[in-house]
Amino acid sequence: MIYSEKVMDHFTNPRNVGEIPDANAVGEVGNAKCGDIMRMYMKIEDNIIKDVKFKTFGCGAAIATSSMATELVKGKTIDEALKLTNKAVVEALEGLPDVKIHCSVLAEEAIKAAIDDYYKRQGLEPVSGISENSDHHHDGHSGDEE
Amino acid sequence: MIYFDNAATTFLKKEVLDEMMPYLTEEYGNPSSIYRHGQKAQMALIRARETVAKALNADPREIYFTGSGSEADNWAIKGAAFRNRKKGNHIITSSIEHHAVLHTCEYLEKQGFQITYLPVDEYGLVSVEDVKKAITDETILITIMFANNEIGTIQPIKEIAQMAGEKGILFHTDAVQAVGALPIDVKDLGVDMLSLSAHKFNGPKGVGALYIRKGVVIDNLIHGGGQERGKRASTENVAGIVGLAKAIELATSNIEEKSKKITALRDKVIKGVLERVPDCRLNGHPTMRLPNNANFSFKYIEGEGLLLLLDANGICASSGSACTSGSLDPSHVLLAIGLDHETAHGSLRISLSEFNTEEEVDKFLEVLPAVVQRLRDMSPLYDKR
Repeated sequence: MIYSEKVMDHFTNPRNVGEIPDANAVGEVGNAKCGDIMRMYMKIEDNIIKDVKFKTFGCGAAIATSSMATELVKGKTIDEALKLTNKAVVEALEGLPDVKIHCSVLAEEAIKAAIDDYYKRQGLEPVSGISENSDHHHDGHSGDEE
Repeated sequence: MIYFDNAATTFLKKEVLDEMMPYLTEEYGNPSSIYRHGQKAQMALIRARETVAKALNADPREIYFTGSGSEADNWAIKGAAFRNRKKGNHIITSSIEHHAVLHTCEYLEKQGFQITYLPVDEYGLVSVEDVKKAITDETILITIMFANNEIGTIQPIKEIAQMAGEKGILFHTDAVQAVGALPIDVKDLGVDMLSLSAHKFNGPKGVGALYIRKGVVIDNLIHGGGQERGKRASTENVAGIVGLAKAIELATSNIEEKSKKITALRDKVIKGVLERVPDCRLNGHPTMRLPNNANFSFKYIEGEGLLLLLDANGICASSGSACTSGSLDPSHVLLAIGLDHETAHGSLRISLSEFNTEEEVDKFLEVLPAVVQRLRDMSPLYDKR
Protein backbone atom coordinates (compact mmCIF):
# COMPACT_ATOMS: atom_id res chain seq x y z
CA MET A 1 0.00 0.00 0.00
CA ILE A 2 1.52 3.24 -1.12
CA TYR A 3 0.10 6.73 -0.64
CA SER A 4 0.34 9.35 -3.35
CA GLU A 5 2.44 12.44 -2.72
CA LYS A 6 -0.74 14.46 -2.47
CA VAL A 7 -2.10 12.20 0.27
CA MET A 8 1.19 12.45 2.17
CA ASP A 9 1.13 16.23 1.77
CA HIS A 10 -2.42 16.49 3.18
CA PHE A 11 -1.54 14.06 5.96
CA THR A 12 1.67 15.78 7.03
CA ASN A 13 0.37 19.32 6.48
CA PRO A 14 -3.36 18.99 6.93
CA ARG A 15 -5.40 22.05 5.93
CA ASN A 16 -8.15 23.39 8.18
CA VAL A 17 -7.43 21.30 11.27
CA GLY A 18 -9.13 22.43 14.43
CA GLU A 19 -12.45 23.70 15.67
CA ILE A 20 -14.67 26.72 14.98
CA PRO A 21 -15.92 27.99 18.36
CA ASP A 22 -18.98 29.71 16.86
CA ALA A 23 -19.70 27.04 14.27
CA ASN A 24 -23.32 26.82 13.21
CA ALA A 25 -22.91 23.35 11.69
CA VAL A 26 -21.14 20.37 13.27
CA GLY A 27 -21.22 16.83 11.92
CA GLU A 28 -19.51 13.69 13.15
CA VAL A 29 -19.31 10.33 11.41
CA GLY A 30 -17.52 7.03 11.95
CA ASN A 31 -16.73 5.30 15.21
CA ALA A 32 -13.71 4.43 17.27
CA LYS A 33 -14.33 0.71 16.88
CA CYS A 34 -13.51 0.89 13.19
CA GLY A 35 -10.67 3.24 13.79
CA ASP A 36 -11.95 6.40 12.13
CA ILE A 37 -14.00 9.32 13.42
CA MET A 38 -14.34 12.58 11.51
CA ARG A 39 -15.86 15.71 12.97
CA MET A 40 -16.51 18.73 10.72
CA TYR A 41 -17.21 22.26 11.92
CA MET A 42 -18.68 24.87 9.58
CA LYS A 43 -19.55 28.52 9.71
CA ILE A 44 -22.30 29.02 7.16
CA GLU A 45 -23.50 32.49 6.18
CA ASP A 46 -25.85 33.40 3.33
CA ASN A 47 -25.86 29.81 2.16
CA ILE A 48 -22.08 29.90 1.80
CA ILE A 49 -19.57 27.85 3.77
CA LYS A 50 -17.43 30.73 5.00
CA ASP A 51 -15.18 28.54 7.12
CA VAL A 52 -14.70 24.83 7.74
CA LYS A 53 -12.44 22.89 10.09
CA PHE A 54 -12.05 19.27 11.05
CA LYS A 55 -10.83 16.92 13.73
CA THR A 56 -10.13 13.33 12.80
CA PHE A 57 -9.16 10.16 14.64
CA GLY A 58 -7.89 7.77 12.03
CA CYS A 59 -5.18 6.68 9.68
CA GLY A 60 -3.18 8.80 7.26
CA ALA A 61 -5.87 8.51 4.59
CA ALA A 62 -8.60 9.52 7.03
CA ILE A 63 -6.69 12.69 7.90
CA ALA A 64 -5.80 13.44 4.27
CA THR A 65 -9.36 12.95 2.99
CA SER A 66 -10.71 15.17 5.79
CA SER A 67 -8.22 17.84 4.84
CA MET A 68 -9.00 17.61 1.14
CA ALA A 69 -12.77 17.59 1.69
CA THR A 70 -12.56 20.79 3.71
CA GLU A 71 -10.52 22.40 0.93
CA LEU A 72 -13.07 21.35 -1.65
CA VAL A 73 -16.09 22.84 0.16
CA LYS A 74 -14.58 25.97 1.66
CA GLY A 75 -16.19 29.07 0.14
CA LYS A 76 -18.75 26.97 -1.73
CA THR A 77 -22.53 27.17 -1.47
CA ILE A 78 -24.39 24.51 0.47
CA ASP A 79 -25.74 23.07 -2.77
CA GLU A 80 -22.27 22.80 -4.23
CA ALA A 81 -20.94 21.17 -1.04
CA LEU A 82 -23.77 18.63 -1.04
CA LYS A 83 -22.69 17.58 -4.51
CA LEU A 84 -19.21 16.65 -3.25
CA THR A 85 -18.64 12.97 -3.87
CA ASN A 86 -16.05 10.67 -2.35
CA LYS A 87 -14.79 10.14 -5.88
CA ALA A 88 -14.00 13.83 -6.21
CA VAL A 89 -12.02 13.65 -2.95
CA VAL A 90 -10.09 10.61 -4.22
CA GLU A 91 -9.35 12.32 -7.52
CA ALA A 92 -8.19 15.51 -5.84
CA LEU A 93 -5.81 13.37 -3.76
CA GLU A 94 -4.49 11.69 -6.91
CA GLY A 95 -5.83 8.34 -5.82
CA LEU A 96 -6.15 6.25 -2.68
CA PRO A 97 -5.28 2.59 -2.09
CA ASP A 98 -8.40 0.39 -2.45
CA VAL A 99 -8.50 -0.44 1.25
CA LYS A 100 -8.65 3.30 2.01
CA ILE A 101 -11.55 4.27 -0.25
CA HIS A 102 -13.86 4.10 2.77
CA CYS A 103 -12.01 7.10 4.23
CA SER A 104 -13.14 9.21 1.28
CA VAL A 105 -16.71 8.00 1.79
CA LEU A 106 -16.44 9.05 5.41
CA ALA A 107 -15.18 12.50 4.37
CA GLU A 108 -18.15 12.97 2.02
CA GLU A 109 -20.49 11.89 4.79
CA ALA A 110 -18.87 14.21 7.32
CA ILE A 111 -19.55 17.21 5.07
CA LYS A 112 -23.18 16.12 4.62
CA ALA A 113 -23.61 15.46 8.34
CA ALA A 114 -22.44 18.99 9.11
CA ILE A 115 -24.85 20.48 6.56
CA ASP A 116 -27.67 18.34 7.98
CA ASP A 117 -26.87 19.76 11.39
CA TYR A 118 -27.10 23.25 9.92
CA TYR A 119 -30.51 22.50 8.45
CA LYS A 120 -31.70 21.10 11.74
CA ARG A 121 -30.53 24.19 13.58
CA GLN A 122 -32.42 26.28 11.03
CA GLY A 123 -35.56 24.24 11.67
CA LEU A 124 -35.40 22.70 8.21
CA GLU A 125 -35.59 19.10 7.07
CA PRO A 126 -32.14 17.53 6.67
CA VAL A 127 -31.59 16.65 3.04
CA SER A 128 -28.67 14.30 2.84
CA GLY A 129 -30.00 11.53 5.04
CA ILE A 130 -26.68 11.09 6.83
CA SER A 131 -27.27 10.76 10.54
CA GLU A 132 -24.73 11.53 13.23
CA ASN A 133 -22.30 8.77 14.16
CA SER A 134 -23.09 6.91 11.01
CA ASP A 135 -21.41 3.57 11.04
CA HIS A 136 -22.47 2.40 7.61
CA HIS A 137 -18.83 2.08 6.65
CA HIS A 138 -18.78 -1.08 8.76
CA ASP A 139 -19.50 -2.88 5.56
CA GLY A 140 -17.74 -0.33 3.47
CA HIS A 141 -14.25 -1.81 3.62
CA SER A 142 -14.59 -3.73 0.42
CA GLY A 143 -13.15 -0.78 -1.44
CA ASP A 144 -15.88 -0.68 -4.06
CA GLU A 145 -17.64 2.43 -2.92
CA GLU A 146 -16.05 4.61 -5.51
CA MET B 1 17.41 5.33 9.49
CA ILE B 2 16.56 3.98 12.92
CA TYR B 3 15.30 0.43 12.48
CA PHE B 4 13.02 -0.61 15.35
CA ASP B 5 11.08 -3.30 13.48
CA ASN B 6 13.27 -6.35 13.98
CA ALA B 7 10.26 -8.55 14.74
CA ALA B 8 9.14 -7.92 11.15
CA THR B 9 12.47 -8.82 9.62
CA THR B 10 16.19 -8.21 10.02
CA PHE B 11 19.07 -7.41 7.69
CA LEU B 12 21.23 -10.15 6.29
CA LYS B 13 24.56 -10.21 8.11
CA LYS B 14 27.67 -9.86 5.96
CA GLU B 15 29.14 -13.09 7.40
CA VAL B 16 25.92 -14.89 6.45
CA LEU B 17 25.94 -13.56 2.91
CA ASP B 18 29.60 -14.58 2.58
CA GLU B 19 28.71 -18.15 3.52
CA MET B 20 25.82 -18.16 1.06
CA MET B 21 27.59 -16.57 -1.87
CA PRO B 22 29.40 -19.65 -3.26
CA TYR B 23 26.08 -21.52 -3.43
CA LEU B 24 24.45 -18.63 -5.28
CA THR B 25 27.26 -18.61 -7.82
CA GLU B 26 29.77 -21.33 -8.74
CA GLU B 27 28.54 -24.07 -6.38
CA TYR B 28 25.16 -24.32 -8.01
CA GLY B 29 25.00 -28.11 -8.20
CA ASN B 30 21.86 -29.98 -7.21
CA PRO B 31 22.47 -31.81 -3.91
CA SER B 32 20.64 -34.85 -5.31
CA SER B 33 23.16 -35.22 -8.15
CA ILE B 34 25.78 -37.91 -7.86
CA TYR B 35 28.76 -36.06 -9.38
CA ARG B 36 31.12 -34.08 -7.20
CA HIS B 37 29.60 -30.73 -8.19
CA GLY B 38 26.31 -31.85 -6.66
CA GLN B 39 27.92 -33.57 -3.71
CA LYS B 40 29.58 -30.32 -2.63
CA ALA B 41 26.10 -28.89 -2.21
CA GLN B 42 25.04 -32.05 -0.38
CA MET B 43 27.96 -31.64 2.03
CA ALA B 44 26.93 -28.05 2.67
CA LEU B 45 23.43 -29.25 3.59
CA ILE B 46 24.84 -31.84 5.98
CA ARG B 47 26.99 -29.23 7.72
CA ALA B 48 24.08 -26.79 7.89
CA ARG B 49 21.80 -29.40 9.45
CA GLU B 50 24.44 -30.19 12.07
CA THR B 51 24.86 -26.52 12.90
CA VAL B 52 21.13 -25.95 13.30
CA ALA B 53 20.76 -29.12 15.37
CA LYS B 54 23.57 -28.01 17.66
CA ALA B 55 21.99 -24.58 18.17
CA LEU B 56 18.76 -26.22 19.38
CA ASN B 57 20.37 -29.22 21.14
CA ALA B 58 18.67 -31.53 18.64
CA ASP B 59 19.88 -34.38 16.50
CA PRO B 60 20.60 -33.42 12.86
CA ARG B 61 18.03 -36.01 11.75
CA GLU B 62 15.39 -34.02 13.61
CA ILE B 63 15.89 -30.87 11.53
CA TYR B 64 13.85 -30.37 8.33
CA PHE B 65 14.37 -27.28 6.21
CA THR B 66 11.32 -25.49 4.84
CA GLY B 67 10.58 -22.48 2.67
CA SER B 68 9.56 -20.30 5.63
CA GLY B 69 8.36 -20.19 9.20
CA SER B 70 4.78 -20.14 7.92
CA GLU B 71 5.43 -23.35 5.99
CA ALA B 72 6.92 -24.98 9.09
CA ASP B 73 3.78 -24.03 11.07
CA ASN B 74 1.46 -25.25 8.30
CA TRP B 75 3.35 -28.50 7.99
CA ALA B 76 3.51 -29.23 11.72
CA ILE B 77 -0.19 -28.57 12.28
CA LYS B 78 -1.71 -30.02 9.12
CA GLY B 79 0.75 -32.90 9.12
CA ALA B 80 -0.02 -33.84 12.74
CA ALA B 81 -3.76 -33.36 12.24
CA PHE B 82 -4.09 -35.50 9.12
CA ARG B 83 -1.69 -38.15 10.44
CA ASN B 84 -3.69 -38.60 13.63
CA ARG B 85 -7.20 -38.16 12.28
CA LYS B 86 -8.17 -41.65 13.30
CA LYS B 87 -7.06 -41.00 16.87
CA GLY B 88 -9.06 -37.82 17.25
CA ASN B 89 -10.08 -34.53 15.72
CA HIS B 90 -9.40 -31.99 18.43
CA ILE B 91 -6.60 -29.40 18.45
CA ILE B 92 -5.79 -26.86 21.16
CA THR B 93 -4.19 -23.52 20.37
CA SER B 94 -4.30 -19.99 21.75
CA SER B 95 -6.19 -16.93 20.56
CA ILE B 96 -2.96 -14.93 20.13
CA GLU B 97 -1.08 -17.16 17.71
CA HIS B 98 0.45 -15.81 14.51
CA HIS B 99 -1.87 -16.05 11.51
CA ALA B 100 0.31 -18.87 10.14
CA VAL B 101 -1.07 -20.96 13.01
CA LEU B 102 -4.53 -19.39 13.42
CA HIS B 103 -5.49 -19.52 9.76
CA THR B 104 -4.15 -23.06 9.46
CA CYS B 105 -6.37 -24.05 12.37
CA GLU B 106 -9.33 -22.28 10.76
CA TYR B 107 -8.66 -24.24 7.58
CA LEU B 108 -8.64 -27.48 9.56
CA GLU B 109 -11.97 -26.54 11.13
CA LYS B 110 -13.40 -26.53 7.61
CA GLN B 111 -11.93 -30.02 7.18
CA GLY B 112 -13.90 -31.24 10.18
CA PHE B 113 -11.41 -30.73 13.00
CA GLN B 114 -12.45 -29.07 16.23
CA ILE B 115 -10.22 -26.31 17.50
CA THR B 116 -10.10 -24.78 20.96
CA TYR B 117 -8.71 -21.24 20.91
CA LEU B 118 -7.61 -20.63 24.49
CA PRO B 119 -7.98 -17.15 25.93
CA VAL B 120 -5.02 -15.33 27.48
CA ASP B 121 -4.79 -13.10 30.53
CA GLU B 122 -4.25 -9.33 30.44
CA TYR B 123 -0.52 -9.87 29.85
CA GLY B 124 -1.06 -12.32 27.01
CA LEU B 125 -0.21 -15.44 29.04
CA VAL B 126 -1.79 -18.80 28.32
CA SER B 127 -2.68 -20.68 31.50
CA VAL B 128 -1.29 -24.22 31.76
CA GLU B 129 -4.41 -25.09 33.75
CA ASP B 130 -6.61 -23.90 30.84
CA VAL B 131 -4.69 -26.12 28.44
CA LYS B 132 -5.16 -29.07 30.77
CA LYS B 133 -8.90 -28.43 31.09
CA ALA B 134 -9.32 -28.14 27.32
CA ILE B 135 -7.90 -31.63 26.69
CA THR B 136 -10.43 -34.25 25.64
CA ASP B 137 -10.15 -37.87 24.50
CA GLU B 138 -10.12 -36.49 20.98
CA THR B 139 -7.16 -34.12 21.46
CA ILE B 140 -4.31 -34.94 19.08
CA LEU B 141 -2.27 -31.74 19.05
CA ILE B 142 -1.52 -28.70 21.18
CA THR B 143 0.15 -25.76 19.44
CA ILE B 144 1.15 -22.72 21.50
CA MET B 145 3.61 -20.08 20.37
CA PHE B 146 6.90 -19.67 22.23
CA ALA B 147 6.76 -15.88 22.34
CA ASN B 148 4.21 -13.53 20.85
CA ASN B 149 5.24 -11.51 17.83
CA GLU B 150 3.24 -8.42 18.76
CA ILE B 151 3.43 -8.05 22.53
CA GLY B 152 6.45 -10.27 23.20
CA THR B 153 4.89 -12.36 25.97
CA ILE B 154 6.80 -15.59 26.60
CA GLN B 155 4.59 -18.61 27.24
CA PRO B 156 5.22 -21.39 29.79
CA ILE B 157 6.24 -23.75 26.99
CA LYS B 158 8.14 -26.24 29.11
CA GLU B 159 5.20 -26.79 31.47
CA ILE B 160 2.73 -27.16 28.61
CA ALA B 161 5.04 -29.52 26.71
CA GLN B 162 5.54 -31.64 29.80
CA MET B 163 1.82 -31.87 30.45
CA ALA B 164 1.10 -32.72 26.80
CA GLY B 165 3.83 -35.37 26.92
CA GLU B 166 2.32 -37.00 30.00
CA LYS B 167 -1.02 -37.22 28.22
CA GLY B 168 0.55 -38.53 25.01
CA ILE B 169 -0.54 -35.51 22.97
CA LEU B 170 1.76 -33.96 20.37
CA PHE B 171 3.02 -30.49 21.22
CA HIS B 172 4.15 -27.94 18.63
CA THR B 173 5.49 -24.46 19.26
CA ASP B 174 5.88 -21.60 16.80
CA ALA B 175 9.26 -20.26 17.96
CA VAL B 176 9.76 -17.87 15.06
CA GLN B 177 10.21 -14.86 17.38
CA ALA B 178 12.10 -16.77 20.05
CA VAL B 179 14.93 -18.42 18.13
CA GLY B 180 17.94 -16.16 18.27
CA ALA B 181 16.39 -14.10 21.05
CA LEU B 182 16.18 -16.72 23.82
CA PRO B 183 18.27 -19.80 24.54
CA ILE B 184 16.37 -22.82 23.22
CA ASP B 185 17.03 -26.43 24.10
CA VAL B 186 14.42 -28.70 22.52
CA LYS B 187 15.36 -31.65 24.75
CA ASP B 188 15.05 -29.64 27.93
CA LEU B 189 11.76 -28.12 26.75
CA GLY B 190 10.37 -31.48 25.70
CA VAL B 191 8.59 -30.14 22.62
CA ASP B 192 7.66 -32.48 19.75
CA MET B 193 7.86 -29.87 17.01
CA LEU B 194 9.28 -26.36 16.78
CA SER B 195 9.12 -23.87 13.89
CA LEU B 196 11.73 -21.23 13.09
CA SER B 197 12.47 -18.70 10.35
CA ALA B 198 15.91 -17.46 9.24
CA HIS B 199 15.08 -13.86 8.40
CA LYS B 200 14.12 -13.10 12.00
CA PHE B 201 17.74 -13.57 13.13
CA ASN B 202 19.74 -11.92 10.35
CA GLY B 203 19.45 -14.81 7.94
CA PRO B 204 17.91 -14.77 4.47
CA LYS B 205 14.19 -14.62 3.70
CA GLY B 206 12.47 -17.64 2.19
CA VAL B 207 13.95 -20.30 4.43
CA GLY B 208 12.85 -21.83 7.72
CA ALA B 209 13.01 -25.11 9.56
CA LEU B 210 10.84 -27.49 11.48
CA TYR B 211 12.28 -29.53 14.33
CA ILE B 212 10.47 -32.86 14.54
CA ARG B 213 11.45 -34.99 17.52
CA LYS B 214 12.68 -38.45 16.69
CA GLY B 215 9.78 -40.88 16.75
CA VAL B 216 7.17 -38.28 15.86
CA VAL B 217 5.59 -38.95 12.48
CA ILE B 218 3.47 -36.43 10.61
CA ASP B 219 2.03 -36.36 7.11
CA ASN B 220 3.91 -34.54 4.37
CA LEU B 221 2.80 -31.11 3.25
CA ILE B 222 4.86 -30.75 0.06
CA HIS B 223 4.71 -33.88 -2.10
CA GLY B 224 7.26 -34.62 -4.78
CA GLY B 225 10.87 -35.75 -4.73
CA GLY B 226 12.69 -37.47 -1.92
CA GLN B 227 14.44 -34.45 -0.40
CA GLU B 228 14.62 -33.98 3.37
CA ARG B 229 14.55 -37.74 3.84
CA GLY B 230 11.34 -37.98 1.89
CA LYS B 231 9.51 -35.57 4.17
CA ARG B 232 9.63 -32.34 2.23
CA ALA B 233 9.97 -32.35 -1.53
CA SER B 234 11.70 -29.52 -3.45
CA THR B 235 15.24 -29.07 -4.65
CA GLU B 236 16.90 -27.66 -1.58
CA ASN B 237 17.44 -23.92 -1.26
CA VAL B 238 21.11 -24.61 -0.59
CA ALA B 239 22.25 -21.00 -0.25
CA GLY B 240 19.28 -20.20 1.98
CA ILE B 241 19.87 -23.24 4.18
CA VAL B 242 23.57 -22.45 4.50
CA GLY B 243 22.58 -18.89 5.40
CA LEU B 244 20.06 -20.06 7.99
CA ALA B 245 22.74 -22.22 9.61
CA LYS B 246 25.33 -19.44 9.75
CA ALA B 247 22.75 -17.01 11.06
CA ILE B 248 21.56 -19.32 13.84
CA GLU B 249 25.16 -20.06 14.80
CA LEU B 250 25.90 -16.34 15.13
CA ALA B 251 22.59 -15.57 16.82
CA THR B 252 22.96 -18.26 19.47
CA SER B 253 26.58 -17.51 20.34
CA ASN B 254 26.81 -15.10 23.30
CA ILE B 255 23.04 -15.12 23.51
CA GLU B 256 23.03 -14.28 27.23
CA GLU B 257 25.27 -11.27 26.81
CA LYS B 258 23.37 -9.99 23.78
CA SER B 259 20.06 -10.50 25.46
CA LYS B 260 21.27 -8.50 28.47
CA LYS B 261 22.25 -5.58 26.26
CA ILE B 262 18.99 -5.62 24.29
CA THR B 263 16.91 -5.97 27.46
CA ALA B 264 18.60 -2.86 28.89
CA LEU B 265 17.73 -0.93 25.72
CA ARG B 266 14.17 -2.24 25.78
CA ASP B 267 13.72 -1.20 29.39
CA LYS B 268 15.02 2.25 28.52
CA VAL B 269 12.40 2.46 25.76
CA ILE B 270 9.62 1.30 28.09
CA LYS B 271 10.58 3.58 30.96
CA GLY B 272 11.12 6.55 28.63
CA VAL B 273 7.83 6.18 26.79
CA LEU B 274 5.72 5.65 29.91
CA GLU B 275 7.37 8.68 31.55
CA ARG B 276 7.10 11.01 28.59
CA VAL B 277 3.75 10.21 27.02
CA PRO B 278 0.57 10.60 29.09
CA ASP B 279 -2.41 8.26 28.57
CA CYS B 280 -0.18 5.43 27.44
CA ARG B 281 0.09 1.79 28.48
CA LEU B 282 2.55 -1.03 28.00
CA ASN B 283 1.02 -4.07 26.33
CA GLY B 284 2.29 -7.52 27.23
CA HIS B 285 3.99 -8.83 30.34
CA PRO B 286 6.27 -6.44 32.27
CA THR B 287 9.05 -9.06 32.62
CA MET B 288 8.11 -12.29 30.85
CA ARG B 289 8.62 -10.76 27.43
CA LEU B 290 11.09 -10.98 24.59
CA PRO B 291 14.27 -8.98 25.30
CA ASN B 292 13.68 -6.91 22.16
CA ASN B 293 9.95 -6.19 22.35
CA ALA B 294 8.10 -3.13 23.64
CA ASN B 295 4.46 -2.55 22.73
CA PHE B 296 2.43 0.48 23.73
CA SER B 297 -1.07 1.83 23.27
CA PHE B 298 -1.57 5.56 23.05
CA LYS B 299 -5.10 6.67 23.71
CA TYR B 300 -7.06 8.91 21.30
CA ILE B 301 -4.92 8.21 18.23
CA GLU B 302 -4.63 5.63 15.48
CA GLY B 303 -1.45 3.71 14.83
CA GLU B 304 -0.95 4.23 11.12
CA GLY B 305 -0.62 7.99 11.41
CA LEU B 306 1.92 7.41 14.17
CA LEU B 307 3.99 5.11 11.92
CA LEU B 308 3.91 7.60 9.05
CA LEU B 309 5.08 10.46 11.26
CA LEU B 310 7.79 8.31 12.86
CA ASP B 311 8.88 7.32 9.36
CA ALA B 312 9.06 11.00 8.43
CA ASN B 313 11.56 11.23 11.32
CA GLY B 314 13.53 8.26 10.02
CA ILE B 315 12.17 5.72 12.52
CA CYS B 316 10.76 2.35 11.36
CA ALA B 317 8.26 0.68 13.70
CA SER B 318 4.96 -1.15 13.44
CA SER B 319 1.43 -1.10 14.80
CA GLY B 320 -1.51 -3.39 15.42
CA SER B 321 -4.04 -0.93 14.06
CA ALA B 322 -6.60 -2.09 11.52
CA CYS B 323 -5.36 0.46 9.04
CA THR B 324 -1.91 -1.05 8.91
CA SER B 325 -3.25 -4.54 8.31
CA GLY B 326 -5.76 -3.63 5.63
CA SER B 327 -8.53 -5.31 7.61
CA LEU B 328 -11.40 -3.85 9.58
CA ASP B 329 -10.33 -5.03 13.01
CA PRO B 330 -7.23 -4.11 14.94
CA SER B 331 -4.81 -6.81 16.08
CA HIS B 332 -6.44 -10.00 17.40
CA VAL B 333 -3.67 -10.14 20.00
CA LEU B 334 -4.46 -6.72 21.47
CA LEU B 335 -8.18 -7.53 21.55
CA ALA B 336 -7.41 -10.89 23.22
CA ILE B 337 -5.57 -9.19 26.10
CA GLY B 338 -8.71 -7.15 26.69
CA LEU B 339 -8.02 -3.83 24.99
CA ASP B 340 -11.03 -2.03 23.52
CA HIS B 341 -10.93 -1.33 19.80
CA GLU B 342 -10.00 2.30 20.22
CA THR B 343 -6.99 1.51 22.41
CA ALA B 344 -5.94 -1.35 20.14
CA HIS B 345 -6.01 0.96 17.11
CA GLY B 346 -3.48 3.24 18.81
CA SER B 347 -0.72 0.69 19.32
CA LEU B 348 2.97 0.88 18.55
CA ARG B 349 5.43 -2.00 18.49
CA ILE B 350 9.13 -1.34 18.92
CA SER B 351 11.34 -4.38 18.29
CA LEU B 352 15.05 -3.90 18.83
CA SER B 353 18.21 -5.74 17.87
CA GLU B 354 21.77 -5.94 19.13
CA PHE B 355 22.64 -3.33 16.51
CA ASN B 356 20.42 -0.62 17.97
CA THR B 357 22.08 1.98 20.18
CA GLU B 358 21.29 4.18 23.18
CA GLU B 359 21.51 7.19 20.89
CA GLU B 360 18.79 5.77 18.67
CA VAL B 361 16.58 5.20 21.67
CA ASP B 362 17.24 8.77 22.84
CA LYS B 363 16.27 10.14 19.42
CA PHE B 364 13.09 8.05 19.43
CA LEU B 365 12.17 9.23 22.93
CA GLU B 366 12.69 12.80 21.81
CA VAL B 367 10.56 12.46 18.66
CA LEU B 368 7.70 10.31 19.98
CA PRO B 369 5.95 12.65 22.45
CA ALA B 370 5.65 15.42 19.85
CA VAL B 371 4.37 13.03 17.20
CA VAL B 372 1.73 11.60 19.56
CA GLN B 373 0.69 15.09 20.64
CA ARG B 374 0.39 16.24 17.05
CA LEU B 375 -2.06 13.43 16.27
CA ARG B 376 -3.94 14.00 19.53
CA ASP B 377 -4.39 17.66 18.67
CA MET B 378 -6.16 16.50 15.51
CA SER B 379 -8.27 13.88 17.26
CA PRO B 380 -11.91 14.46 18.22
CA LEU B 381 -11.50 11.76 20.91
CA TYR B 382 -8.84 13.82 22.67
CA ASP B 383 -11.37 16.63 23.30
CA LYS B 384 -13.84 14.21 24.82
CA ARG B 385 -11.37 12.75 27.31
